[in-house]
Amino acid sequence: MAVCIAVIAKENYPLYIRSTPTEDELKFHYMVHTSLDVVDEKISAMGKALVDQRELYLGLLYPTEDYKVYGYVTNSKVKFVMVVDSSNTALRDNEIRSMFRKLHNSYTDVMCNPFYNPGDRIQSRAFDNMVTSMMIQVC
Amino acid sequence: MEGLTLSDAEQKYYSDLFSYCDIESTKKVVVNGRVLELFRAAQLPNDVVLQIMELCGATRLGYFGRSQFYIALKLVAVAQSGFPLRVESINTVKDLPLPRFVASKNEQESRHTASYSSDSESQGSYSGVIPPPPGRGQVKKGPGSHDVVQPRPSADQQEPASPVVSPQQSPPTSPHTWRKHSRHPSGGNSERPLTGPGPFWSPFGDAQPGSSAGDAVWSGHSPPPPQENWVSFADTPPTSTLLTMHPASVQDQTTVRTVASATTANEIRRQSSSCDDPWKITDEQRQYYVNQFTTIQPDLNGFIPGSAAKEFFTKSKLPILELSHIWELSDFDKDGALTLDEFCAAFHLVVARKNGYDLPEKLPESLMPKLIDLEDSADVGDQPGEVGYSGSPAEAPPSKSPSMPSLNQTWPELNQSSEQWETFSERSSSSQTLTQFDSNIAPADPDTAIVHPVPIRMTPSKIHMQEMELKRTSSDHTNPTSPLLVKTSDLSEESKINSSVKFPSGNTVDGYSSSDSFPSDPEQIGSSVTRQRSHSGASPDNTAPPPPPPRPQPSHSRSSSLDMNRTFAVTTGQQQAGVVAHPPAVPPRPQPSQAPGPSVHRPVDADGLITHTSTSPQQIPEQPNFADFSQFEVFAASNVTEEQDSEAEKHPEVLPAEKASDPAGSLRVAQTDGKIEEKTAASVPANVSKGTTPLAPPPKPVRRRLKSEDELRPDVDEHTQKTGVLAAVLAPQPSIPRSVGKDKKAIQASIRRNKETNTVLARLNSELQQQLKDVLEERISLEVQLEQLRPFSHL
Repeated sequence: MAVCIAVIAKENYPLYIRSTPTEDELKFHYMVHTSLDVVDEKISAMGKALVDQRELYLGLLYPTEDYKVYGYVTNSKVKFVMVVDSSNTALRDNEIRSMFRKLHNSYTDVMCNPFYNPGDRIQSRAFDNMVTSMMIQVC
Repeated sequence: MEGLTLSDAEQKYYSDLFSYCDIESTKKVVVNGRVLELFRAAQLPNDVVLQIMELCGATRLGYFGRSQFYIALKLVAVAQSGFPLRVESINTVKDLPLPRFVASKNEQESRHTASYSSDSESQGSYSGVIPPPPGRGQVKKGPGSHDVVQPRPSADQQEPASPVVSPQQSPPTSPHTWRKHSRHPSGGNSERPLTGPGPFWSPFGDAQPGSSAGDAVWSGHSPPPPQENWVSFADTPPTSTLLTMHPASVQDQTTVRTVASATTANEIRRQSSSCDDPWKITDEQRQYYVNQFTTIQPDLNGFIPGSAAKEFFTKSKLPILELSHIWELSDFDKDGALTLDEFCAAFHLVVARKNGYDLPEKLPESLMPKLIDLEDSADVGDQPGEVGYSGSPAEAPPSKSPSMPSLNQTWPELNQSSEQWETFSERSSSSQTLTQFDSNIAPADPDTAIVHPVPIRMTPSKIHMQEMELKRTSSDHTNPTSPLLVKTSDLSEESKINSSVKFPSGNTVDGYSSSDSFPSDPEQIGSSVTRQRSHSGASPDNTAPPPPPPRPQPSHSRSSSLDMNRTFAVTTGQQQAGVVAHPPAVPPRPQPSQAPGPSVHRPVDADGLITHTSTSPQQIPEQPNFADFSQFEVFAASNVTEEQDSEAEKHPEVLPAEKASDPAGSLRVAQTDGKIEEKTAASVPANVSKGTTPLAPPPKPVRRRLKSEDELRPDVDEHTQKTGVLAAVLAPQPSIPRSVGKDKKAIQASIRRNKETNTVLARLNSELQQQLKDVLEERISLEVQLEQLRPFSHL
């Protein structure tokens, strides 16, 4: 289940990052950071493509011994990175997709808030709640 | 202060009022809140009140001493008599009638009765700030004329002025009727027995209906803590006070609030016996909010864009983070704009926050749009959208005046009630009572982000749209493309798709899905491909060669597929039917290539290909679209004949089924087995009809090629099939435009499908290239072996 969820801005700085508290957060931060390279690679490989859900969802970026890292990029090049624990029964791809979809929807809601300046850290409680629910349920 | 000469009656009256206001019994200073209430009850315009306060020196002093109070009262009388307010008028105007105050009995009661925790609180917090900023006066005016409609059980109308008046009613039962509401015309006053101050009351009492100043009695009997705050700045009974305060508060909170808060808040709280919702918006408040709304957006049914709202609420000087949270709570439908209800909710929350109430985690029930509808609305434009929710049950109804949510009485209540509400992520507050609401909202999952139940799918969207389109056009005979598309879209539901409408789209869908889905879903892809293949395989073979508009593309719009169907139907008749039958179902990719036997392998191969597994050189190009077609052709060729009779009927339904049957045996092997079988089985019964026809046409041309290639090596066949498939895929395209004309959506869908087909084809091409390489390698190895053996043989 998602042990870490991060929202990375277009310029590759984090807008939001949250890990399950039990784990060593720094490790996850590092994993997310390194996964950005893979994300960029996949994005460039896509080429001109049409942006559709399929392309938004990048799939498994890279697996490690304990974790798998999934990526998702929006049309505005905002990236969502999710680290899941491999020990849990492998989540189906569709589940990961749905989780990303929820993330995307929540992110859109945050964007709709006129008081949110794009580029700021996301401090929306609703977003937090949604992410927490994803992490909890997963765990 | 100039010397103030009072007549005896005035003296007496004023002293009574002073006592009334002097709840702390200081005998020297009156409570500002009470004073404000009193002044509100005077039904004077807010600016007049402000002016009075300034004139009497309270502004200067910061409190109402006795003399100031008396002067103020005198000025009230002057103002009520219509004389201009002048300091000198205090003494110059002769024979002034005693100032009239429309007091809310509740207020008095509350004062006398309950604990005024809020009072003390509000007083504490706001005391000392008397003179509201001049601007406030203006602002206050806004709400002013509200008719607060508060159906209080006991239409209380207190006359604030008379301290002597003992609580007319027990607080719980006497809703504030400061406001005048249309519903509670001055009759309310009459309800109150006038006690001691009676004589004073009578003259004043019944001014209601007309309160010009709009100092509607603020009926927030039970203002919830937030209300209190709100009240606190509007503590004065007249709603106008509140309202004015509100804007003022937004802009710059001041004394008004403080003064008002103490008394009003307390009273309101107490009064809220019937109302238990601390977040309810009183009529006055609502009116005020509405007025503010109109300043930004004249159309009450319109929206306030986010930017305008941001500016407006920024004026309240709340931290951006809090404003952001308020926005999240109040923008119910998450559209970045505020409707009237949302605006009122947001405003209310701002007011509450300004008064020190913490923001709730979820939107309180009373602030939900539906509640607003419930509110009465006489004065408020109901948001049509929200009406639905109204059920809110218990709270709304009875007491609150139809539209007013009552404020809770106390802080604790507010907190408790806040927690009592279930909250769905700030969007829905489900109070137990709001069952209807719950049923409406509960289902809304976070994903939707809109109240309406229309979920927006992302990935699947295309597919679903296709499906829908497919269904839509199913009347026509779905195109092979559409069915295909449908299938592709629904990877996960392949089986379902197959069985259901998708059949026609089966191929397309498969193809699409395969193209869409990542390799992570090889099975799906495979199945989709197989399905397609089966389509292609089955149909072409049997149908007459007449060049069916090649519709290999799974992505063909339904319209196109329809055309195909029609075309094929015309040309091929039976065979076509058979062919047609194929596409719809998810035909296991019957290898169109050779006979059923080879086809068997083919499908397998094809599946393998599709699944990105190199099953063997024999893999048929898996482009779902292609694969299907090739399969289709081969299959059709080989199987259709067999199945035609039986399947003839099925065509329309399950072309894939036919294929499935044939390939079933053979193709089962393929990964798609399960799926194919499912499809075939499912398709057989029905559905296929749509897809079949469309598929049929495309395969034909391919079929021919395939047939010719049957003798060729499997590899070659495969390749040819692939090419054939490609051709088939390409062929149908021309037919697409025909249907397009009919339906713009179909056109767009077809465009989309074509694009998808393109990608699929590209992929197929790459795969075919790969296969070619493999095959060549094998050939080379075989040749080498042969040469190695040759010498021996020669020997």
